[in-house]
Amino acid sequence: MQQIIYFIRKFRFFLLFILLETVALFFTIQHHSYHSSKFVNSANNLTGGIYSQAISIGEFFNLKSENKRLIDENTHLKNILEQRKLDSSSEFKTQIDTLNYYQKYNYVFAKIINNSYSKPNNYLTINKGSKQQINTDLGVINSKGVIGVVKNVSSNFATVLSILNSNSKINVKLKNSSHFGTMTWNGEETNVIQLIDIPRQAVVKEGDTIITGGKSAIFPEGILVGTIKNVNFENNQYKQIDIQLFNDMTSIGYVQIIKNLQREEQLNLENTTENE
Amino acid sequence: MNKLIFSNTVRFILLILIQVLVLNHINLFGYLNPMPYIVWVLLFPIRKNKTSFLLLSFLLGLTLDFFSNSGGIHAAATLFIAFIRLPLLTIVLRKNDFDYYLFNLRGISFSKAIIFISLLTIIHHFIVFSLVYFNFSEIITILNNTLFTSIFTIILSLLGITLFTNKK
Repeated sequence: MQQIIYFIRKFRFFLLFILLETVALFFTIQHHSYHSSKFVNSANNLTGGIYSQAISIGEFFNLKSENKRLIDENTHLKNILEQRKLDSSSEFKTQIDTLNYYQKYNYVFAKIINNSYSKPNNYLTINKGSKQQINTDLGVINSKGVIGVVKNVSSNFATVLSILNSNSKINVKLKNSSHFGTMTWNGEETNVIQLIDIPRQAVVKEGDTIITGGKSAIFPEGILVGTIKNVNFENNQYKQIDIQLFNDMTSIGYVQIIKNLQREEQLNLENTTENE
Repeated sequence: MNKLIFSNTVRFILLILIQVLVLNHINLFGYLNPMPYIVWVLLFPIRKNKTSFLLLSFLLGLTLDFFSNSGGIHAAATLFIAFIRLPLLTIVLRKNDFDYYLFNLRGISFSKAIIFISLLTIIHHFIVFSLVYFNFSEIITILNNTLFTSIFTIILSLLGITLFTNKK
């Protein structure tokens, strides 16, 4: 017994070092496996508060480009509205039963208060949290395209798994042919993303538009992603397809969070189908 | 004694704020972000009692991890250089006994200080980037990042130490 106590006293610094290093490596390994990083993230009140204070200083300098983006989006939405008016005045109008009409998606705006893009696994921090009914696995977009998926949530802040993250896998499709694929990032360029799992029957050309597929319960169908930058077709299958993003991921200000009101229903149905 | 605690606390907070608000967003050549927050580990007074030093270094790294959403990467690396600081210093200075209370990084010769700071920085950065990429096939990227970020960090650390610490 005395020997053990002597041993512990003699090597107490080393034992403390080993203990703390194990804790740190435990957090690191937890962080690398996507669904389980719960403790160390910037969605807490201290880090979130400091980031939102700092961003309110720098925000002023982005006002011009942010205004430009907003007016672009407004013009686009107004054009869509005008087209709707024309449609509804035509004689081939479908009657929508207002009693059965339902809303599927709900949008909430948020501000990016921390943005990283130079690491192989990037996260963003936004200033909305569980108090504003934000929970995990909600899609985050802006007018130019997909930004990421909400990962951790605290009472006032949330972290977002950016599309510039090797763990991010988002279902997308070709706009003109509806062939589905998956979007991942190889960690190299911040405005180029990779498209995988495209069936070889699909005809992919440079300049084709890529939109979200809507197969998952996170993003609605048809949100913009980017255009095909180059295609590598070898041995009768697609080796590598690069997508040029519409978004500049290095400068994003305000975003929208998409809440799918039918998410529970869809997931429950899919689960029961799989379990049978 | 109280002055020592005060100055180290202020340095801790300032270095973290500078690191997360300014230096993490530099992205020189697209990917280089220096990490001179480890200057805190270099400047912490050398004592025989290392318990509080180890715990505080761990806390320094962990705070940075909270800010940059990186698991326990910085905590692991900072704790490691805190642990090897004294052995490395004895090797660099070829001395076995120190005047623990009077030791000052500015007191030793400049070339030896550079070797000491560079070694600790390179070890720290190598651990950080190995854990960030976490993949042996990325070894070239890891070494490349370690080398260039270390150069950047060493320059900033030396500038910071010479400008903001007293010779005596």
